[in-house]
Amino acid sequence: MIVHFEPASEEGIASVVRSAAAERVTLSIVGGGTRSGLGNPVRADRTLSTRRLAGIVTYNPAEMTMSALAGTPLAEVEAALNAKGQMLSFEPMDHRPVFGNSGQPTIGGVFAANVSGPRRYVAGAARDSLLGVRFINGRGETIKAGGRVMKNVTGLDLVKLMAGSYGTLGILTEVTFKVLPIQPTAATIVVSGLNDAEAAAAMAEAMAQPLEVSGAAHLPESVGRRFIGGALPEGAATVLRLEGLVASVALRAEKLAAALARFGPVATLDIDQTKALWAEIRDVKPYADGTMRPLWRVSVAPSAGHQLVAALRLQTGVDAFYDWQGGLVWLRMEADPEAELLRRFIRAVGGGHATLLRAGEGERARIPAFEPQAPAVAQLAERLRASFDPSRIFNPGRMAAMA
Amino acid sequence: MPETIGFLKPRQAVLDRRREIIADLTDLLPDGCLISDERGLKPFETDAFLAYRRLPLAVALPETTGQVAAVLKYCSRYGIPVVPRGAGTSLSGGAIPQEDAIVVGLSKMSRILDIDLFNRTATVQAGVTNLNISETVSPDGFFYAPDPSSQLACTIGGNIGMNSGGAHCLKYGVTTNNLLGVKMVLFDGTVIELGGKALDAPGYDLLGLVCGSEGQLGIVTEATVRLIAKPEGARPVLFGFASSEAAGSCVADIIGAGIIPVAIEFMDRPAIEICEAFAHAGYPLDVEALLIVEVEGSEAEMDAMLQSIIEIARRHDVMTIKESQSALEAALIWKGRKSAFGATGRIADYICMDGTVPLSQLSHVLRRTGEIVAGYGLRVANVFHAGDGNMHPLILYNINDPEDAARAEAAGNDILRLCVDAGGCLTGEHGVGIEKRELMRHQYSQADLNQQMAARAAFDPQWLLNPSKVFPLEGRPAA
Repeated sequence: MIVHFEPASEEGIASVVRSAAAERVTLSIVGGGTRSGLGNPVRADRTLSTRRLAGIVTYNPAEMTMSALAGTPLAEVEAALNAKGQMLSFEPMDHRPVFGNSGQPTIGGVFAANVSGPRRYVAGAARDSLLGVRFINGRGETIKAGGRVMKNVTGLDLVKLMAGSYGTLGILTEVTFKVLPIQPTAATIVVSGLNDAEAAAAMAEAMAQPLEVSGAAHLPESVGRRFIGGALPEGAATVLRLEGLVASVALRAEKLAAALARFGPVATLDIDQTKALWAEIRDVKPYADGTMRPLWRVSVAPSAGHQLVAALRLQTGVDAFYDWQGGLVWLRMEADPEAELLRRFIRAVGGGHATLLRAGEGERARIPAFEPQAPAVAQLAERLRASFDPSRIFNPGRMAAMA
Repeated sequence: MPETIGFLKPRQAVLDRRREIIADLTDLLPDGCLISDERGLKPFETDAFLAYRRLPLAVALPETTGQVAAVLKYCSRYGIPVVPRGAGTSLSGGAIPQEDAIVVGLSKMSRILDIDLFNRTATVQAGVTNLNISETVSPDGFFYAPDPSSQLACTIGGNIGMNSGGAHCLKYGVTTNNLLGVKMVLFDGTVIELGGKALDAPGYDLLGLVCGSEGQLGIVTEATVRLIAKPEGARPVLFGFASSEAAGSCVADIIGAGIIPVAIEFMDRPAIEICEAFAHAGYPLDVEALLIVEVEGSEAEMDAMLQSIIEIARRHDVMTIKESQSALEAALIWKGRKSAFGATGRIADYICMDGTVPLSQLSHVLRRTGEIVAGYGLRVANVFHAGDGNMHPLILYNINDPEDAARAEAAGNDILRLCVDAGGCLTGEHGVGIEKRELMRHQYSQADLNQQMAARAAFDPQWLLNPSKVFPLEGRPAA
């Protein structure tokens, strides 16, 4: 039987970890459990949840920072920010729709998995907003790193290291992060009917303008109708988001539409449609299809995204759409995950990485979920991991295939 | 002056082999890439933290990543410390060598390797200057955002080492937010690549750890950075106030109102006088504090944003508002600010602190800073990045008067403790170097420091890379 710990205090977590380390008992670290499908399956003796370590510790809107205990539901964080007209700038994706699970995502989980969304491309990832952390390392010691100020180069930046480490270096107990004001309005410029290569060129053109485009995605014809209740124009839709003051967005929308008119017919979405559309892009709506068909999250240079997809199409059945100016490719395979083929093609188009987000149980156990690293980097990562968790008790297996 | 900051004791075994080491390194490098004569070593004995000097054993100036790797492989084999160096503009002593160290200077690796406007990236060798990147892509309408005051001289490798900021990082972030990838050489000569044009490589964020690691984890030889489309226009505006407190609360209110200008710079009266005398920037001389607020965008956008900022400033009894009317005036306003350290250096010796505090603490910390420095019988000029709470008190003293120098150092340490106690940190962008090493204990517990040092040792198990820096000399793990 799996023993489940739910300490209600940082010290409680530290004490569980100390005993676990002494007895070499491995721990699976969970928050809300909504992202447990990320990475490879964990095989641990016991489960430790941060669920009861919850609550916003400090929130000072005038300083644009918040501190919250790791188990605080993301919904609680976002509601508190929203009440003061602020937000998480990195737009964390909600993984529940693609995994078909339920539960409450926690703020600790967001940072542990470095979860970001469409605005990541211009505003940085979760790791860029994370200012400070407290965590329990594998020796059961409470460690703090970073702080609550925007600029901080005091010592090694362990904060960055904790973001995206999936609980394999330490158990986050408290996170302090930067927030930004919600912009008064938003609009989306839609260019219709472009093929993937044309769309990549149009998005690059848009991002080269001094117009502060805060989202650049391409939704090919195969997925276009799945967004905002089929309200996008017929055919493929290349969508560009603008956010800001009312007068400024109107002005920039005009300029952007003019700059892109040579690519194809241009339409504009209002603020409500814009919000709905980008939330659906963020949460990968077309592939939140209730199936376990393999889903990859691929990151390459924006110019290479469409080349990769074109090459794959000649070999296997894939469906795809693009975010981050074309550099983030959401790939759903029709049958086999084709991990080797995909990773070989990524190298061929100039490099990048593929993360297996969803697949059948056997495939998840067999295929390295994260892109395997060069041997020298993998060895370095392993030494680093040992410096945090010498007894290797945290989340064994989750990132194991990387080494 | 009496040295209060210590260095590690030079390794006698290394000093004894000096001639052999020089001969070996001369063989490893092309002609003209190794300096070992005293005259030639002199320029490398310190950086912009001038109070401390150490002549290194030799200086290697490699031309390729392969040569950097060969030097590091050799040094790790024989246990020789290595001090990486960019342009030597560190304000915390990050590039100051020691007698048993080989300085590895990246100045000969100054080529721009790739400008990719489609993907908006630049890949450059580590010795390329910060400003060179922006100047290269400027005709195409792009720029590289971090802009430390020393950007004319400082290198991208040094910027990565210190995670440098600058005046405009309020909106665009610091180096770590604009760095996409590096090629680096590990202590034993292994060459690795981290990141690249594809965002968010999985695995531990080694790139994030390397950025700001002060040359302790390896030597970066190439970097890929993010380019950003230049705004249509930018306009700095001067706001003069009757007190530093008024200016400080105005900053907090601007940010609190959800307005994020590109930059909010603060100067107090002594700083205004020094900079104006040097740059003739048109700063008002009848105010106690000055804010330079820069907005950017189209004319209409800048007007709208400025209007909101002016309304807030009026609530804080702003005395003077002066908008730049031309590109020339705008350039002058920034020239005054960016030459603050140089201009101060003309009238006195100074040490520059770099603590960062939460915005709500700005007024309190400014007032206490004035009291602390006055308590030591010294003068202070404050010029800093107010929007992100990154303070730069310049403590003026006479470097030739040992007592004066000791007082300045003591005052500086008090100010940094004050910053930490106010919820901030020791350094926002200059780095710990040797300067703030012993103060690390004020910000971190021994367990915190041990974890950082363990991570450091994962990269450099022999503690050969920039070994006298960042961590207190006492309480280190046995190498």
